[in-house]
Amino acid sequence: MNKTSSETGATQQHPISLYLKVWGLLFVLSTLSYMVDYMQLQGALRWTLILIFMFLKAGFIISIFMHLSWERLAVKLLLYLPPIAILLFILMMALEGDFTHLSRLTWFTSA
Amino acid sequence: MKQTTSDSATSSWRTVVKDWSGDKQTFDMPWGKLMMWIFLLGDTFIFSIFLTGYMNVRMSAVDSWPNASEVFALTIAGHHIPLLLIAIMTFILITSSGTMAMAVNYGYQGDKSKAVKLMVLTAILGASFVGMQAFEWTKLIVDEGIRPWGNPFGTAQFGASFFMITGFHGLHVSAGVIYLLIIAKKVSAGDYDNEGLQIIEITGLYWHFVDLVWVFIFAFFYLW
Repeated sequence: MNKTSSETGATQQHPISLYLKVWGLLFVLSTLSYMVDYMQLQGALRWTLILIFMFLKAGFIISIFMHLSWERLAVKLLLYLPPIAILLFILMMALEGDFTHLSRLTWFTSA
Repeated sequence: MKQTTSDSATSSWRTVVKDWSGDKQTFDMPWGKLMMWIFLLGDTFIFSIFLTGYMNVRMSAVDSWPNASEVFALTIAGHHIPLLLIAIMTFILITSSGTMAMAVNYGYQGDKSKAVKLMVLTAILGASFVGMQAFEWTKLIVDEGIRPWGNPFGTAQFGASFFMITGFHGLHVSAGVIYLLIIAKKVSAGDYDNEGLQIIEITGLYWHFVDLVWVFIFAFFYLW
């Protein structure tokens, strides 16, 4: 949209209409994710929609409001690479939680 | 030279090599902004660990996890509306992110008084978010009897996860309100007139991050 800024990394100047559009979009996405709960959608459809809306909202906030899409690649890498460790940790803890759950069902339930 | 997408991809990788190998400061931004990014990266890890801990106790629970849609429902004029307060809080936080983005914009345009007004408005919205959270906590603790060690709805770890995660987020919002007001006061007093209004963008980064964390809490804790 506006490429006049930030190749130098100096200041972030973008038209105010861009922020208003993103703001509107965030409202719509929040309403949609609230509707997922309100309509009591369940199962795979529920969590697919929740995750899609969540990542879209997060993406808009990071790239437009926090101006990350106009930063240089070195900055993006600084911020995007470390969270890979978080994803690995989430995976490990999911496996561990599943194991604990099965152990409890096997050994610790009286029913 | 032909401009294709692979060309521009190569050239942006070249900027990475240049930034890191050149005889200059690696990240071409004010130090305060870089430090804010580093801080937020650290904060990302803290919130991720809280949410991962929540995922772990929820996955390993044998009894049923309390239904958030029911626990956080409000009854207004006889109508039972699920998650109403949380939805309002979400919209308030998004609105405050919008006013913050506009404050940054007006700051760079040199319109100091508009920037300060929008920052104060952002702080007011943030404070009202914290107020609603206090109301929510009071309702859950006093009326519903939810405690960190147990609750009447299901898995005992629900309270611990809930108070830990939303409490830490609420603390961030409260700190953000104070931070915003201090910076707004300093901007309007002219403390940054010589160095420019980058400070508003730095404050904005923190505020948008708080909104960002709420997006994940809303999805994982309230909607799941």
